[in-house]
This record gives sequence, C-alpha cells and structure tokens, in this order.
Amino acid sequence: MKVLVTVKRVVDYNVKVRVKPDNSDVDIEHSKMSPNPFDEIAIEEAVRLKEKGIATEVVAVSCGKEIAQDVLRTAMALGADRAILVKTDIELQPLAVAKLLRAVVEQEKPDLIIMGKQAIDDDANQTGQMLAALLNWPQATFASEIIAEGNGTLTVAREIDGGSETLSLTLPALVTADLRLNEPRFASLPKIMQARKKPIETIEAESLGIDINPRIKTIKVNEPPERKAGIKVGSVGALIQKLKEEAKVL
Amino acid sequence: MSSPILVIAEHNGKKISPSTLRTLSAASQLAQSLNVGIDLLLLSNAEQKPVLQEQAVKFESVARVIALSGEHLGVALAESWAKEIVAVVKEFNASHILAAASAQGKNILPRVAALLDVAQVSEVMSIESPTRFVRPIYAGNAWSTVESQQERHVLTIRTTCFEPVSDQRTDAPEMIGITSTAAPWRGTTLVKQDITEGGRPELTNARVVVSGGFAVGSADNFKMLEQLADKLGGAVGASRAAVDAGFIGNDHQIGQTGKVVAPDLYFAVGISGQVQHLAGMKGSKVIVAINKDPDAPIFGVADYGLVGDLFEVIPQLTAQV
Repeated sequence: MKVLVTVKRVVDYNVKVRVKPDNSDVDIEHSKMSPNPFDEIAIEEAVRLKEKGIATEVVAVSCGKEIAQDVLRTAMALGADRAILVKTDIELQPLAVAKLLRAVVEQEKPDLIIMGKQAIDDDANQTGQMLAALLNWPQATFASEIIAEGNGTLTVAREIDGGSETLSLTLPALVTADLRLNEPRFASLPKIMQARKKPIETIEAESLGIDINPRIKTIKVNEPPERKAGIKVGSVGALIQKLKEEAKVL
Repeated sequence: MSSPILVIAEHNGKKISPSTLRTLSAASQLAQSLNVGIDLLLLSNAEQKPVLQEQAVKFESVARVIALSGEHLGVALAESWAKEIVAVVKEFNASHILAAASAQGKNILPRVAALLDVAQVSEVMSIESPTRFVRPIYAGNAWSTVESQQERHVLTIRTTCFEPVSDQRTDAPEMIGITSTAAPWRGTTLVKQDITEGGRPELTNARVVVSGGFAVGSADNFKMLEQLADKLGGAVGASRAAVDAGFIGNDHQIGQTGKVVAPDLYFAVGISGQVQHLAGMKGSKVIVAINKDPDAPIFGVADYGLVGDLFEVIPQLTAQV
C-alpha cells in the first residue's frame, strides 16, 4: 500500500504571533517555522504503517514556497521515503491546495492519503475534506485510530461531538489525523543526516494549469480584544458570591 | 426569485442539535440584510423525518423547511450528505450555505464547498456584510476580517458567538418534501457510534468547563474536578501538561492543538496559563483561576482569581455551589 502524507510549513506552535502595526497580517517574518503539528501526526501514522509492513512507500508532499523543502526534510527524517514540493509563491488557500494535491494524487496514485486535520495558522480545517471531494474518495476526518484490514478496507475510529464513531472505508481513501491518533517521534540525528540524501521532486505549480488564485481576501487582521486581569477574591464564599451576583453565571 | 440562505440542520436522528438554532441566528443576519428567506435543510431517512420535522417547524426565522429523505441519509456521512446538499444548493440557487462549526459541520461542509468550487470561510465569529466575515486564526490569537469574492458563500459558524433563535414559534413555515433519487454511497460504512449519553456535555458545547493542570497531580485527583463539573452541569478540560502527565485523555486537551472552547464559565484549576492553553480558552465569557502561585500568568486573563491550594478550594467550592 502506498501512502501519501501532506505537510504544511507553519509558525511553530510555541510562538505567540503578533499582528502587524498596519493590521495587514500577522508578523511572522522572523518566527521559527515548523511542520504543522497535525501533519507530524499524519507522518507518524504513515511511518508506523510502513514499520508494520502494511505501507510499502511513504511519500510526503508540501505545497508552497521553495523554503517548504525544510519541512519535507523533516518528514523524511521522520521516515518518509521521498518528497514532492509543489512550488509556488502565490498565497495558497485550502481549495487551491486541494486542487494541487489532486494533480499529485493523479500522478502518484496512492492507496491512502493521511493529512493533518487542520493547520495551526489559518485553522481552516478544510483541505482534506476538499481533496476527498475532488477525488470522489471516502473520507474519515479527525481520526483517533487507523486499522488497515488487509482486504482493501480501512477501519477508522474518529472523534465526533460527544463521543466517537467507527467507519469502514474502501481504499483508496483519505484520512485526517486528530491529536489522539499517536504521539509523533522525534527525528534522530542519523535520520536527519539520511534525510538529506533522500530525493525531493519539485513540480512548478504553474505547470499544472490550475487556477490557484485566492478566492478570499484578507481585509484586515486584528489582535483579539485584550482580556483584562480581573480581581482576586479572598475566599470560596466570595468567589461564589461574585459569580452569582456580579457575573451572573451561577 | 431571490436566492435563499441555506442552513444545514444538524441532528443525531432523533433531535436537531441546539447549535442549529445558533446557526439560524447567523443566517437571519444575512437574510435580513439581503431581504431573502432562510431554507432549513433537513436530511434524514424516512423513519427519522417526522420527529425531526416536528422540531424544525418551530424554529424562528425559517421561511421553508426542505425535508430531503433517503434510506442512505439516516447517518450523516460526509460523502452522501455533501452530494445531496450540493443538489439542493443548485436546485434552490442558494447564495449562502451555512452549517455549525461542529464536528459534523466541519466534516461535511468543506466537501460541499469543493464540489461547488467555492472557497469556504471557517468558524465565522461575526458577519460584517453578506460577503465580509470575521474569523479566528492562530487559535484565536488574531482575528481576520475576510471578503469572500465568489458567487456563493460557504460558511461554518462558530456557534458560541451567536445567540440561538427561538424554537417555540407557532406559525408554520412552508414545507417542501423531497425524496432522494441519488444512488447510495458505497465507499464508506458506519460500523458503530459511541456517544456518551446522559453524561457530561461535550467540551466545545458546554456552558461550564472545569479544567485542570499539572498541579492536579494525578488521574485520581481529577475526579475532584469531575465532581465540580457534574454539580454545575459542565465538562472537564485539561492543560497539555496534565494530558502529557497521563492524568486524563488528550480528547480533554484545551489549547492551540487541542480543543478551543468558549463557555459562559471557565475554571482554570492549577493551570499556570501557557500561551497555548490561553489560545484555547480566552474566548470564555467568565474565567476563574484557582492557583497556589499568585504570579501565575493565568491570573492575567482571569476575571476572578483565587490564590489557594486547589485541594482545599475545590471541595469547598463543590460543596457550596
């Protein structure tokens, strides 16, 4: 089984982003960048499938600027066999990414695609579902467990509001990873060195003839209204009184 | 005829989710400024239809209820629901398609958007105009105002930002009944569903959330927080540190990579207040922090702070609320 995983280069989750003074965007020019944490979970799951002898090859794909090569190197250090960068300098939105990935899927013909459920920058939570729609494939979003049944089907436990559900999907299929799916490993130094030698194929997005121009325009970006520190209360009794009489939430 | 606003009703086969009432509230803002009606789309199988329809006709602000039934629609599989929704959008020429930004809405709506070739706007927090919306990015650390430059608009609604419409209306909306003729989707089957019924409310929908941090100390000690949550009809959350320490499952994790919650009342118990955690709960209406360390950053965002030992404070609080 061939597995395709996707990786987005995002601001590291430890960075507290600031809005630019002109409110045009967030200021991330000098921020540390990392693979999207949910994508690391997706990579980990694919690598585990390979270690179990279920996956035969793990291919990592990223869409974006040339510099996204660094997250592909990380993906390969974590165990992906090779990588593909769909290169463009255009600001990519989820629908455009889904269209680019569809082109990669048509070329690579994977049996399974595992993606992070969302990226922690735009928090859109769309690309996996959109790609599944464009491919007319089964989807299981927010996966907490993936079992390859060996008969061309996949059993996936997924998180839903108030509990979980289990789906059976016919391959080829697309799964998006939630937090509970696994705990990604750290890349060891030897693996990081090995990953330098693994190949990255670059596809110019322009060469695919797909309209990837943004459909949604950012008008402005603001800091959320600042929460002010409130008051300290001296006792449980005082707290309950405040919650009842002042805040009226009890 | 003018293009209606289409709202997808979310349900579990028996009951339409309260989040639908909040989505309708967002839709009615659009409907008022465009002077158009709201269509509520009810997808179900024939057996579920009567009981759901009975609820839907009482929802304020709905002009028409479109009840579309088919044997394969009893379970909200994204693959089959998305195809039906797209057919309805085209048939009725809806200009805006809305669903709650719940697990169900998030699963289905991007699939609809892609089939319509529309870029979706996720987690709409407020509506500035029929094409301009405010949504959170970077786990709510910034708010982005966006303009959807398209013929149709597909939106998921952050339901905690909109007050629900009434579900007690007495004049009935127009009813449109449709039977699906689409071939059932074969690639996906629901094996089972485990819903914690009658238990605690779901974290992202709960009115009260009681969250614990590393200082809670053990899985056993988390029971103390569960008791407080149960007394208040709330849900239990946790910081990443508490989850990493194995005190509680990571489906309870609140923060940038966990769940984002915005309840009326949030208790942060023994939580220092790291940036990632704050990102997941800053939108709460009232925040209470209980911490031994008077300098904990969590006090900087709390409306009410109580400096003290959580092992003394929590049992007292549980006994007195």
